[in-house]
Amino acid sequence: MTWLMESADYLAVVLRLVLSAAILLTVMPLTIYLERKGSAFIQGRPGPNRAALFGVFRMGGLAHVLADVIKLVSKEDIIPAGVNRFYFKLAPIIVAFIPLTTFMIVPIADVIRLSDTFATPMATLQLDGGLLWFFAMTSLSVYGVVFAGWASNSKFSLLGGIRSTAQLLSYEIPMALAVVAMMLTYGTVQPNEMVRAQGELLWGFLPQWGIFLQPLGFILFITCAFAEINRVPFDLAEGEAELVAGYHTEYSGMRFGLFFMAEYMALVTSGALTVTMFLGGWQLPWLPTERLVADAGTLMPWFIGGAGLLLGAASGRLIRHYQEYTRGRWGDARDFEPLVFSALFALGFIAHGAAAGWVWGVVKAGEALPGWLPPLFAAGVQISVFTAKLLFLCWCFVWVRWTLPRFRYDQVMDLGWKSLLPLSLFNLLLTGVLMLQPWGREVLPVAPVVTLGLMWVWKRYLVPSQARVPATSRLVVGEEASA
Amino acid sequence: MSDLLARVSEHFGDRLIETLQGVDMPSLRLRPEALLDVVAWLVEDGFGFLTDLAGVDYLKFPKAQPSRFAVVYHLYDMASGRRVRVTCPVGDDLKVPSLTGRWQGADWLEREAWDQYGILFEGHPNLKRILNHHEFVGHPLRKDYPIRARQPLSENDALVDEMALRLRARGYVLPEVERDLLAGIRGSDHGVEAAPGAPSHGSRGGSPVAVAARPVGQGRLPEGADLHAELMFVNLGPSHPASHGTLRTFVALDGETIVAAVAEIGYLHRGFEKSTESQTYNACVPYTDRLNYCSAMLNNFAFCKAVEKALGLTITPRTKAIRVIIGELSRIIDHLVCIGTNLVDLGALTNFWYFFNVREKVYTIFDKLTGARLTNSYGRVGGLARDFYDGCGADILVVLTEIEAAVAEVETLVKRNRIFLERVQDICVVPAAMALSYGWTGPNLRATGVDYDLRKAEPYDGYETYDFETVTGTVGDTYDRIFVRFGEIGQSARIIRQALSRLPEGPVMVEAKGVSLPSKDDTYNNIEGLMNHFKLVFEGVKVPAGEVYDASEGANGELGFYIVSDGSGRPYRNRCRPPSFMSFAAFPDMIEGHMVADAIASLGSINIIAGELDR
Amino acid sequence: MNASLFALLCTLALAVIVPGVLILAIERLGPRRKVAAKGLPYEAGIQRTVGSSRERFSVKFYLVAILFILFDVEAVFLFPWAASFRELGVRGLVEMGTFIAVLFFGYFYVLGRGALRWE
Repeated sequence: MTWLMESADYLAVVLRLVLSAAILLTVMPLTIYLERKGSAFIQGRPGPNRAALFGVFRMGGLAHVLADVIKLVSKEDIIPAGVNRFYFKLAPIIVAFIPLTTFMIVPIADVIRLSDTFATPMATLQLDGGLLWFFAMTSLSVYGVVFAGWASNSKFSLLGGIRSTAQLLSYEIPMALAVVAMMLTYGTVQPNEMVRAQGELLWGFLPQWGIFLQPLGFILFITCAFAEINRVPFDLAEGEAELVAGYHTEYSGMRFGLFFMAEYMALVTSGALTVTMFLGGWQLPWLPTERLVADAGTLMPWFIGGAGLLLGAASGRLIRHYQEYTRGRWGDARDFEPLVFSALFALGFIAHGAAAGWVWGVVKAGEALPGWLPPLFAAGVQISVFTAKLLFLCWCFVWVRWTLPRFRYDQVMDLGWKSLLPLSLFNLLLTGVLMLQPWGREVLPVAPVVTLGLMWVWKRYLVPSQARVPATSRLVVGEEASA
Repeated sequence: MSDLLARVSEHFGDRLIETLQGVDMPSLRLRPEALLDVVAWLVEDGFGFLTDLAGVDYLKFPKAQPSRFAVVYHLYDMASGRRVRVTCPVGDDLKVPSLTGRWQGADWLEREAWDQYGILFEGHPNLKRILNHHEFVGHPLRKDYPIRARQPLSENDALVDEMALRLRARGYVLPEVERDLLAGIRGSDHGVEAAPGAPSHGSRGGSPVAVAARPVGQGRLPEGADLHAELMFVNLGPSHPASHGTLRTFVALDGETIVAAVAEIGYLHRGFEKSTESQTYNACVPYTDRLNYCSAMLNNFAFCKAVEKALGLTITPRTKAIRVIIGELSRIIDHLVCIGTNLVDLGALTNFWYFFNVREKVYTIFDKLTGARLTNSYGRVGGLARDFYDGCGADILVVLTEIEAAVAEVETLVKRNRIFLERVQDICVVPAAMALSYGWTGPNLRATGVDYDLRKAEPYDGYETYDFETVTGTVGDTYDRIFVRFGEIGQSARIIRQALSRLPEGPVMVEAKGVSLPSKDDTYNNIEGLMNHFKLVFEGVKVPAGEVYDASEGANGELGFYIVSDGSGRPYRNRCRPPSFMSFAAFPDMIEGHMVADAIASLGSINIIAGELDR
Repeated sequence: MNASLFALLCTLALAVIVPGVLILAIERLGPRRKVAAKGLPYEAGIQRTVGSSRERFSVKFYLVAILFILFDVEAVFLFPWAASFRELGVRGLVEMGTFIAVLFFGYFYVLGRGALRWE
């Protein structure tokens, strides 16, 4: 019997690993798709829409992601002469290794209690160190960058490598300090405990999400996250206009592809951690796990039915798309692509409807749901909520990239060392002081007010910085120019 | 004889060979030894701006000349708008005193004259080839250069000599640096030809000597020099995402800061000036499209205007108006490209698309009008290739509104963006004096606060009748260069609206025998018409013997053509005064002491178009 | 072996296998055509380059690394405090506050010496 229990534990480990990896490896290509299609949306162009599976299924451009992988894998593997082959080959593996391991501490749902004796947490890695694992792993990413930059034997790579290293190092400290402040706030280093704490209500109505308790910490963390994953406005390491492709200039084919994938996996992982610490993780506001499990009978028809309605709406929209746009457009199988997907969605709609109806029927008849169903339902809802929050955050990352220009190197270092570092230290101390008073987290939102006030005093009286001329007022139009 | 020529003759007497009032400006021919004195006198008189410097080879010129080669200087007095041409015959020793001490812009111009004609400029600090490859043999613009001669050119110039010069100027000890630099080059001489497996450059075996540049003096460091500063030598370009076109900037980096920079050009040199010497004037027009290909038709019009000036021809009012409309539209899209790509260099990619979307719409109009999108040959000597199509004016008005919307959108995105402002304000400042010394014109010069716009200074095509303003900056940094262009887009739109609202009717080609083709009716039914047509097509428009310099306001600045005619239908010498060339000459001076990222940002802001730069 | 160690091993295995498979794929699938020019390091198309990419580079980057170690060590001390924040109470806060204040002093010293100036 104990043997059976133990093997159930091991099975649970494998299952949740597969689940976490599936989320990471699905959201990653989705983010790449969002990046390409989103940038096209922002820039007023159609975006990728050519690649098609079997010449028919374009899936609104999603087939490009697959095509990219096939292209990268089947490209020539060029290793320039004069590189240090060992480190050259090791670097992309290290870079891809880190987000894959880091993501596994993120809880994608609350602990599932299937019975009184069996419960499994929904983060693959259960470590006493908790979030320390995140820091342990992300610090390693510097090695990937340094190895790639140095081993490539190209000056652009080297410059990109050292630039990037300095940047990663500089932003790791404020990031760590911001997380320490979050640990103080929730009184734990365990990510799942943090998320559970975020289910409580602030002043009786507002979920105690990190973003409400620690807005400053959120800004610090997300800024550092941008810098740590080399995204605009911090993409100097691969600042195309200056250093061509930075440390991976000499990489081609799938070796480059690994850097590329790793960048997006790191984005997803950073997003997942941000969601976990600041956006309530898997928490659906005002519906804690206990409530989801207890009221499963009444909630399930609503949730499942709602999801089914969404699928139905998508199905209908695709039929409209067929009628308005693709009918008779090419005169071959491609015309019917929306209809195929519409049918799939319709099937989903029917299945959801049936499930919702069945649950409703069972509850109506006064019978009990099978014992394993409510916890799994709660987990399903939470995984969906988590994934939705994650996708939203990924979209924000994309959004920022196509909106802002890039910093200059010294500006990045200045921002890290002269603004974020003191701010994060200050935030940490302030959090410590505030968390020691008897009302705890209820008064924590005072912190940003105090901080802003002090910053105002600092700017106004202590270190007035010279303001930039914002508008075109420096230009002279017309006759007075010659004067 | 003008007042100026009288005063010069009086002052210099027989040190001048002759003075002449040309169709375009007073012109004086002097003895080589008098060059420096005369130039000094002219500068004193107000001619402080070196517009152009070009060599001429009179080997096959029908009229006897005092010497085979001559160097022609065009000077400009910005305060009063006077121009003067100084021709300096070159003696048999091919030596002419250099003017680099007076104008920094003379540096590259003299190098070009040496490159193309083999004229030696005494006192030039670095007289080497500029447009042609450093292994090239001969001087291609000489009239006896065999035009079909092929020369295989393989190795790129390592630019060590120039780098050493600039490093010396920056206070780095040289003997050992130069030796190390040269050793570094030799170490990599294997280049591409190295057999697989042989130690190529940079591998452990054949690694070149690391370059350790140390500041001057034993124990005494120049202000701010790092002890044992290790310089890294990096090529930015020719094949680099930020080099707009194929340009090469060779920089010595201390960390992220550029200590010394050398610019190399000529990668797109295709012998514009040589090629056009064998074409009839109208056949030269398509060659001009390829100069500044971002605003092709402005080049057409500038060239045609120069030929028309030599012919003494007045074009029809409708032609003038259409040239203004299409020219200003070209200027707008040129500025859109400049700002858009500049913002890409700063990492803001979206703005680029906002601009390129509308630019494509302008190109659709150009396509309908001329049959080509990018290189549209629309100008003809004496007029235009064809009239507007029906509804062209309405199309232009629609696209103008869209352009203004896009510009407003991008301005909103950048002008209060803190990151953007930090990246462009007070970066790579070019003071007015430096800009003038380098011969800058156009938006780049106006960004430094100098209000010089040929459309105001020497109005042509009826620009004096339009209500518009010049836009000038105050500081001369990257910010000003970008926002002057923003301002000019608005002004150009104003001009186009006015021109469209009072577009005169009439022909778009002058009725002049020997310039305009006879009508098809005449050509087919009338033997005289047929003869005229044949002669005009095969022999070209006959331009009276003489020389003329004429400039228009191109998108990048003063686009001038200096045409020497021997009376035939083909230019004897067709010199293009390219604004990009003058701008890029200042680039190394601009970026030294700044960071790589700033250098890239300001390269975008001076809008170097390689087609015009290298010709 | 307990489950959490097993989870760690599984995670590490996954993180090695995913990139490993892709690298193996490119090493097996891609075509191979050796041309000497492909082996040249990229420097914007210039073959006769000056210096190598294995030189020493500016000391400023090294300073960043040193400062990082200083401040990261500080963060290392903060983690245990954060983990047992409640138990240590006011006394812990005062002690850590003193520690951070000392660090702040060092930070301003570094700032004053211009170690963080990039111009």
